[in-house]
Amino acid sequence: MRFWEKVMKLDRRWIFLLIGLAVLIPFLKPLKLPLTITKPAKDVFDAVENIPPEGPPLLIATDYAPSTAPELDPMLYALLRQCFTSKRRVILLALYPQGAGMAQAGLDFILPEFPEAKSGVDYVFLGYQPGIQAIVMYIGEDVRLAFPTDAYGIPLDSLPMMKNIRNYDDIALIIDLAGSSIPITWVTYAVARYGELMAVGVTAVSAAQYYPYLDSGQFVGMLGGLKGAAEYEKLIKQKGYTKAREIATIGMDAQSIAHLVILFLIIIGNIAFFASKSHKKKGGPIGS
Amino acid sequence: MRNRAFTAIFLIFLFLVPSFIFSQAGIEVVAVEDTLISLPDTLSEIIAPTEINVFDTPNDAGENITITWEITEDPSGIIVGYEIFRSEDKETGYEITGFAGKKTEEFKNRTNNGVVYYYKVRAKTSDGKFSPFSVISEGAVSQPQWFHTGRINALVAVVAFVSLLLFFVSTAKKGKSLFIRRIAGLDALDEAVGRATEMGKPILYVPGLSSMSDIATIASINILGPVAKKVAEYESTIIVPNRDPIVMTVARQVVKESFLEAGRPDSFNEDMVFFLTDSQFGFAAAVDGIMVREKPATNLFLGMFWAESLILAETGNMTGAIQIAGTDAVAQLPFFVTACDYTIIGEELYAASAYLSRAPLLVGSLKAQDMGKAILVVVVVIAFICAIVNTGFSLTTHTPNAVLSKIIEFVQSWFKV
Amino acid sequence: MRRKIPLAIAFVFGIIMIIQFFIPHRISVEFYRNMLNALVIVGIFYYILAVSSLIRVHRGKIKRKKPGWGYSYVTLISLVVTAVIGVLGGAYQATRITSWFVQHFHWQIEQGTGLMVIYTYIQIPMGATMFSLLAFFIASAAFRAFKARSLTAVLLLVTAFVVMLGRVPIGALLTRRLPEIFHLTNIVEWILKYPNMAAQRGILMGIGLGMIATSLKIILGIERGYLGGGD
Repeated sequence: MRFWEKVMKLDRRWIFLLIGLAVLIPFLKPLKLPLTITKPAKDVFDAVENIPPEGPPLLIATDYAPSTAPELDPMLYALLRQCFTSKRRVILLALYPQGAGMAQAGLDFILPEFPEAKSGVDYVFLGYQPGIQAIVMYIGEDVRLAFPTDAYGIPLDSLPMMKNIRNYDDIALIIDLAGSSIPITWVTYAVARYGELMAVGVTAVSAAQYYPYLDSGQFVGMLGGLKGAAEYEKLIKQKGYTKAREIATIGMDAQSIAHLVILFLIIIGNIAFFASKSHKKKGGPIGS
Repeated sequence: MRNRAFTAIFLIFLFLVPSFIFSQAGIEVVAVEDTLISLPDTLSEIIAPTEINVFDTPNDAGENITITWEITEDPSGIIVGYEIFRSEDKETGYEITGFAGKKTEEFKNRTNNGVVYYYKVRAKTSDGKFSPFSVISEGAVSQPQWFHTGRINALVAVVAFVSLLLFFVSTAKKGKSLFIRRIAGLDALDEAVGRATEMGKPILYVPGLSSMSDIATIASINILGPVAKKVAEYESTIIVPNRDPIVMTVARQVVKESFLEAGRPDSFNEDMVFFLTDSQFGFAAAVDGIMVREKPATNLFLGMFWAESLILAETGNMTGAIQIAGTDAVAQLPFFVTACDYTIIGEELYAASAYLSRAPLLVGSLKAQDMGKAILVVVVVIAFICAIVNTGFSLTTHTPNAVLSKIIEFVQSWFKV
Repeated sequence: MRRKIPLAIAFVFGIIMIIQFFIPHRISVEFYRNMLNALVIVGIFYYILAVSSLIRVHRGKIKRKKPGWGYSYVTLISLVVTAVIGVLGGAYQATRITSWFVQHFHWQIEQGTGLMVIYTYIQIPMGATMFSLLAFFIASAAFRAFKARSLTAVLLLVTAFVVMLGRVPIGALLTRRLPEIFHLTNIVEWILKYPNMAAQRGILMGIGLGMIATSLKIILGIERGYLGGGD
């Protein structure tokens, strides 16, 4: 019984090592597990597909930081690929200080694939402005109040794409990619107050929290964590928009194995718990 | 003196650098090209949009007209959207003013107040052709409104809630004792502070990562007061790291006042409450560092937390501290529950100031909150029963019951924003 | 007096903002916008206090040679270097100074500015590292906490099992031969949409009312804890 008691008090560094290996090995040797597409992800895809090409733009808010980039970057890449291939226009902005860097990094990553995509014509990057709630409200009035220029200092009125765009009425859809609770501000003001359509891409940790908004129809769709990103990658690939490497899909293998390891640990933990409990009941020496 | 000079020079350097530095290297300005409105072919097989209706957008600041229409039948799915044309003259001068996506039946148009506008709509197909125009709409004028009729429900709710609040506060003032259930996490605060004092180790208090406009932060600051007072009485030490500068200032003031109230203003040190960084995980890393280096005997995580909750709580668990967490971030509750000794869930956090102080005014307001919740529960249950019975009607008689449908509709209308 | 003035300000502005909510007119919108502007401006000034607090704490550590004082130098130097590079060199768009350096020293800055280089190669990997700690901590917390101690704990355990399996492709693979209703992906979707959401809504409703009550208590001056020192 000493064995199970030892397991109960297992040094957590062994657990860390197991998880580390579980994540690392599938990256070196991908398993290519099949992926099913869930409705919330399909709904985001359809909402973007419903925007007429060269019509009103899609607004992507990159409200996340480098820490959550592994989950949210693949969503940004997939959305940008979908829009640039199908000539849908994109506005990028950030309400989270580090989000502007994420948007710029995303553009730097994707633009080489689309040499014909021009800033101010096919996409506009507005940068970051402080004051989350204030900015969401300002865009409801006039986007120029919040962002007089784009991130590169060019006045919005000088950008052909922004010519007819004043406020939410002229924006087809908002997709907030967020690692925090900023989607709540978007939904409170842009959706509830201005009646804008909105979808979200969030980390797996926070996805459960957003289901009520999804069910009430306030979000038209949702991408949850790496799985959501992998589903979106599959959707745009099915439509023939891209042949690029599917980074989230590769990550899903690692996540699968990591989940299995955690489940294994929980089982072992419970066996150890019951084994040591029955031992104690029998009056065996404790910790001997 | 040197300290101040050092800080001052640094700040001047940081914030008052001459503006010429900001002048940007040459930027090419892209000229706006006027989009030409091509005169297209019309498609006779696609019917023009019908039922065009134009009106001043209700409950707005003016300068906006809403146009609605009925979508064209489109079995082959070739329609990509609708073009909206506008003129100030009913007969001529129509210009394109906007574009609405397919399956859209509404468009909001920016206007000038007091001017009469006429509209017509046509459908656009994927191959760049158009349906005939709809009939020309009636004229509409935009104007601002002074009262938001869509918010009458909110107004009634606010008035009702304030009345409840005032009623219970006055009851409490009269000295009637009101019952509050036990909240284990709040009861444990005393013990947690006492334990740290016995061990001669500091107490770590993280007031969340959000700003002062978050109610969770305000609730946390309300708990910080009594905790800091106890710390001062026990002559222990408290560490309050912050992510938001405004929260830092408020927290510092609260701790200072608490030390003053406990009669130990000399024990207060401004550096007990400090700023770390506004980067979420930078903050988590720094607090983890504090926990590992200083080994506080007690960790209190009260306020708004996001994905860093488990990183903080699990590190605290490793260092062997007694941990009390409290947040209204529902997604973070499971993490705190698994890694902390006590967790204060959701609204318990807001109730803390009443619970700890037992001030009649605050306890009274808690009662009002409970009563509000009771009313909500009753309404939700009634609507729920009506909906279930109505579904039964629909299944058996194939038509929903008119009275029940009315009740459900009425309840729903009260919860609309 | 020190108490009464802030309480009066909170009361007056609280009431005004409630009234503003019900008036859609432009005047009301303008007022709201000005208030938001004021909030943003005041918020920026507080950063001066924050940075000075950071500098003071770390100077104190260096002076008193507290354990780990060497790292305080790292913090202060990083702060100064990042600020200098950001202010002089620009954030997204290179300033004249950056352009001058690029031309004279034939530098190649892929990210456009020095600050973006710092951001890409220091900030991004450091943030990702901290976040990835979650995977390790979730495993160790699950191992420690998920024990079938009682009936409710068993329920929690089973649900966690199903959700964890169902959120990854391997779960779908395991149940692909069963009728669609028993597919793990669908079961997980159901758990998240119904039991999970019901519980969350319950908590959210309480939180919502609590928020309203707390806001009203502050406006009416019943709650004064945030002013410091209890009553």
